[in-house]
Amino acid sequence: MKKIKSQLIILVVSLFVIACSDAKKLPIYGEREVAITKDKDGNQKIDTIYQTIPNFSFLNQDSTVITQDAFKGKIYVADFFFTSCTTICPTMHRNLKTVYEDFKNNPDVMFISHTIDFKYDKPSVLKKYAEKLGVNTNKWEFVYGNKEEIYSIAEKNYLTVVEEDSTARDGYIHQGWLVLIDKQKRMRGAYDGTKTEQVEQLKKDMATLLAEEK
Amino acid sequence: MRKYLLFGLYITAVCAIIYSCQNTSEMNQAQYMTGGKDLYIANCQNCHGANGEGLGELAPPLTDTIFLTKNKEKLACFIKNGANEPMVINGKTYEGKMPDFANLHDIDIAQVIVYITNSFGNKQGMYTYQQVAIDLQKCNSAKNP
Ligand code: HEC
Repeated sequence: MKKIKSQLIILVVSLFVIACSDAKKLPIYGEREVAITKDKDGNQKIDTIYQTIPNFSFLNQDSTVITQDAFKGKIYVADFFFTSCTTICPTMHRNLKTVYEDFKNNPDVMFISHTIDFKYDKPSVLKKYAEKLGVNTNKWEFVYGNKEEIYSIAEKNYLTVVEEDSTARDGYIHQGWLVLIDKQKRMRGAYDGTKTEQVEQLKKDMATLLAEEK
Repeated sequence: MRKYLLFGLYITAVCAIIYSCQNTSEMNQAQYMTGGKDLYIANCQNCHGANGEGLGELAPPLTDTIFLTKNKEKLACFIKNGANEPMVINGKTYEGKMPDFANLHDIDIAQVIVYITNSFGNKQGMYTYQQVAIDLQKCNSAKNP
């Protein structure tokens, strides 16, 4: 009986140790494929290929075309919003702005907000919004694209639901995820931008990710 | 002797009445404050902030006591009908658009106004739902004479 007890303790302790060492790396989200490749000595090995953000081309607040080149070698946080949204967006951006304040001097970090209001949020409207929010658009880009492109990248790649809905208070429904992307364009986390605890977790995870990718 | 006793009793009764009246109005205000706080968190905090600090230049702070006092009669209208004209708050001009809260009842509006005008450094006391009805009528008739 005593033996079982001590074994149990060892088991629990080792579980903790495993859990702790695991906590230093963030999970990788999205679909994955297993591929068999050969290394340089001709030995077969198994590789996991993770889902990545595909290339994109949107207009930013200065009407400049923006592609993935702007995010090369950086981790970034992406979200979906629209300027006339009166419900969750102000909270999301109030919270995301605190993340921006924490990381604005880190050259390896960027932010990108996609508008889902393709009718009204033209680049000039986005520019005004960014100015009023009080953020530097070299660090935090606000982008506009056509409906198909934005809605498809939202749902397929950033795993965020967005929809036009005339019965919703402002004409759209969408989720308030803040999505964390690593330097290899893989999704590493999604945080509810309306909840301060989750936004605090995002800040911690960004620091972890930066350390992991050094 | 009996006269004095009666007089004393009378005075106590009067005092008790005054005291309890004061108490109910204070109690009323306390109830308005709690109700108002919940309404504020649900409807207003996203833009105006947990401490009434506003959001950049997108939404003004609720800390300009002078503005709030001067425009007390209009606050119910801002909330019920929305607002879309430049406002100078703490010396800065804001030009955003505040959505309407047409779904809020007079009692809700009264509670949320009592909450904002007695928080964030403001201390303007009670504002009743009867007054909301009067103020709304005033601004609505000014808008559509
Ligand atoms: C979508 C964002 C938004 C929401 C939600 C919102 N407001 Fe506003 N509020 C504004 C903006 C923008 C203005 C400035 C309007 C203008 O310039 O015409 C404003 C102005 C005001 C003002 C007058 C100016 C000041 O700062 O004192 C008051 C009072 C006010 N709001 C109270 C409320 C209350 C109470 C609620 C909740 C019932 C609320 N607001 C919800 C954005 C918002």
